[in-house]
Amino acid sequence: MKPREAARPGPSAPFGELHVTVEPGGFDGVDAAGRGAVLAALLEAGHPVSRKAGAGEGALARLGGDVGVLDRAPEQVVEDVAARREAAAAPAPGAWTPWFPVIDYDRCTNCMQCLSFCLFDVYSVDGDGRITVQNQEKCKTSCPACSRVCPEVAILFPKYKKGPINGDEVKAEDIASESMKVDISSLLGGDIYSALKERSGSAKQRFSTERDESKALLERKRCLKELKDKLDIPSEVLMSLPSAGDIEERARRARAKQEERIARSRSAQDQKKTDGPSTQEWDI
Amino acid sequence: MSRRIVHCHCVYSKVVPADVKAAVLERLAGSAADFEAVPDLCEMSAGKDPALARFAGDGEVEIVACFPRAVRWLFHSAGHDLAAEASIHNMRSSTADEVCGALGLPDGESAS
Repeated sequence: MKPREAARPGPSAPFGELHVTVEPGGFDGVDAAGRGAVLAALLEAGHPVSRKAGAGEGALARLGGDVGVLDRAPEQVVEDVAARREAAAAPAPGAWTPWFPVIDYDRCTNCMQCLSFCLFDVYSVDGDGRITVQNQEKCKTSCPACSRVCPEVAILFPKYKKGPINGDEVKAEDIASESMKVDISSLLGGDIYSALKERSGSAKQRFSTERDESKALLERKRCLKELKDKLDIPSEVLMSLPSAGDIEERARRARAKQEERIARSRSAQDQKKTDGPSTQEWDI
Repeated sequence: MSRRIVHCHCVYSKVVPADVKAAVLERLAGSAADFEAVPDLCEMSAGKDPALARFAGDGEVEIVACFPRAVRWLFHSAGHDLAAEASIHNMRSSTADEVCGALGLPDGESAS
């Protein structure tokens, strides 16, 4: 059995106040380009930097104070700060690439297509029955597939190359655009899990009747290429898709969550009827 | 309440043009303005970094990052909604001059 891929490490611990500050006069004698280079080098190494009154208190390092800047290469400054970070036993930054979906709740209609579609448990439902991104670290880097199946263009990946998935303004044509809205039904012939199961069944049948392995492989390749092209799913994500059993289990849990949500919603409506109309409903 | 500039360097991807973010950072460093420069707002959002609450709570915060819709929902995702009056400057679609102009950072100002 193929081992399941472990989730990515997840975001680093919050920075808290582990920032670097610029002391008053800390950049004296350093030209604008030199100042910018030092800041860029620190940021690229994962160290936040601030300059404001009182920021030096509790700071990890103070540029122009305990860490010199004048006549030093940006790399030397970064080394000094990294040493201080290590000495403070602070977590090293940059262990995780922050790629995950962000929901635009102004657009989201809570249709749960993303929850049903994502095979990696990134989505969940919160206590109010609302779709939420729960496991950001389980999202596959560079895979924007769930945003492609969202009928309302409500899922953003801020680091995606193109709009509106990157957060750019949503235009009417984006919603209608074939490149944006992928109808799962037309892509896979109905419910995605049933379709995958059906494909698996058909493949087994072909094996048993024709014993033609190459045909089955061609079918799989064709299906994967279709997903890759239409949803912009990276090859490495397709290669790490869960097993058929995992997909079925995932579908079962997704359906249970949806049914629970519907039941809760019905129960709330029944309760409202029992309680009688509110003053608002009487239009007082 | 004083103005606060938050600059996101978006270090984990190349979607923000390197020349734009470098030029903005340089002019910010050369100005007298208070600022907080962070490696990556997405990372902070995922980690629900408490510093985001501080940024969101500032009356006059100006965020220099990417698309406003993305930035607003990143803050929401971390549990800290940005105030409606917060300004967001987009380094993906604007030039460094446009961003610095909107921030009121004079070209070549020198301070420390």
